[in-house]
Amino acid sequence: MTVEAFVFGVCAVVVLVGGLGVVMSRNPVHSALSLVATLFGIAVLFLNLDAQLLAAVQVIVYTGAIVVLILFVMMLLGVDKDDDLETEPLVGQRVLAVLVGLIMVGAVLAVIIIGGHNAVTGARSVTGQLAGGYDNVYELGRQLFTTYVFPLEVTAGLLTIAVVGAVVLSRRPKDVQPIPEPESMIDQGDEPLTLTHEEGAH
Amino acid sequence: MDAQNLDLAYLALAAILFAIGGVGLLIRRNPLVMIMCVELMLNAVNLTFVTFGKMLNDITGQVIVFFVLVVAAAEVVVGLGLVVAMSRRRPGADADDLRLLRG
Repeated sequence: MTVEAFVFGVCAVVVLVGGLGVVMSRNPVHSALSLVATLFGIAVLFLNLDAQLLAAVQVIVYTGAIVVLILFVMMLLGVDKDDDLETEPLVGQRVLAVLVGLIMVGAVLAVIIIGGHNAVTGARSVTGQLAGGYDNVYELGRQLFTTYVFPLEVTAGLLTIAVVGAVVLSRRPKDVQPIPEPESMIDQGDEPLTLTHEEGAH
Repeated sequence: MDAQNLDLAYLALAAILFAIGGVGLLIRRNPLVMIMCVELMLNAVNLTFVTFGKMLNDITGQVIVFFVLVVAAAEVVVGLGLVVAMSRRRPGADADDLRLLRG
């Protein structure tokens, strides 16, 4: 077993356990911490794939900024109470969701297993070789500022729009009126989707 | 496990992680957890892109991952802004409570 395969095995376990932790934790804070484990595992996998710059950016941007931002909002809003995972608002929703997930995995795995090494088609080394004599950071930066300079400029606009949007969204309006509870769907003639306790009793 | 089979194992891992994120997005109702599940799916795709780049010996896979990182950061900023605005109006609301587009 090579070193790469060993690192992959360890990181795959970390990534999958972290991913399941995000989905199955009752407490959103635990979900965020599991997300850190997943993102860190993926950063190590990036290193394993010779993507050094992306590994550094992954740790700095994701675990350093995004997860901290999510945790900050959680603490700000005080939504770190446990979620109720026992009740299922739509009957059969979870079963269907897991079924959809299994179909997604099955489709991709079928392509990989049937196709093998031919599953990935396309011309090789079109824009730039991965190891063309330069290191990863040099090559990535060169492509970003030559071939992909227009998309890079567009992302600058995207970030500006996102910042303006966040400011507009989180601005405190002058007259905050709590929205009244929406009318019950049962009153509008819809059948309830879940059985209540009274109905379940008889 | 030789190097080529290892590349395929990366693709399989990314597929499983994508499905975990997708299932989480479907079954969880807390908006913050849903944002985290979207991050899981984006990271699975990032891993796939880097693996494709390695299999095809092309730097473009990593360039695209760079752009995905930027888009993910913007998405989280706007998503958290929405969550903050929403919880200010109605604290403790989950995704099922947001049936109205109004206000």
